[in-house]
Amino acid sequence: MSNTQAMCTSFKTELMTATHNFGTAPTRGTGTADTFYAALYLTSATLNASTTAYTTSGEVSGLGYSAGGIAVTNATAPTSSGTTAYWTPSASLVYTGVTLTTAFDTVLIYNQTQSNKAVSVHTFGSQTITAGTFTLTMPANTNTTALLRLA
Amino acid sequence: MALITTTKGEMDDSLLEKREGSVDNDNELTRWVEYWLDGELVHRSVHVHLKKNVFADGMAAMFG
Repeated sequence: MSNTQAMCTSFKTELMTATHNFGTAPTRGTGTADTFYAALYLTSATLNASTTAYTTSGEVSGLGYSAGGIAVTNATAPTSSGTTAYWTPSASLVYTGVTLTTAFDTVLIYNQTQSNKAVSVHTFGSQTITAGTFTLTMPANTNTTALLRLA
Repeated sequence: MALITTTKGEMDDSLLEKREGSVDNDNELTRWVEYWLDGELVHRSVHVHLKKNVFADGMAAMFG
């Protein structure tokens, strides 16, 4: 037998469920998942790994689109496989009946429950929408393809 | 015959010119459809299927 240095896989999953808190905040309720939102951003915006929270700066605007975006369907709890913890929204993000004439290429996932703190930034090819629907389908929720992975 | 939501209200698709396209790369598979009326874009919808994820590599530091 021997020991192996590692970050425990259970810990990675528990990071996604806020089981551990090395700081002093936030104080969390029990048993209820936070509410996550998805906002769209213009190609001229500057979202990246340094983004800390949702911002209206650079967000798309147009007919049928509400500032802040849409709620993310979160019906599947984070899980792990191998040494990777992962999570993916359980449904596509669908912006129905919108007109977004200025090019956009980014979606920000953020935690509305926790002061709109940023979760992740995802980019795609530049798009516009005219009296139509923008659908963003998620990758498969596996340890190699999930939208968020901690390995 | 199908009704298409356009900037001018719902219109019969037989009155419109339909254009479609797609992009497939490492990051996404995207399909778009446009409807044009007399040279004017009156409807555009897009479906992006993300392929890539964001990945964080958790490391436990060694002592010494």
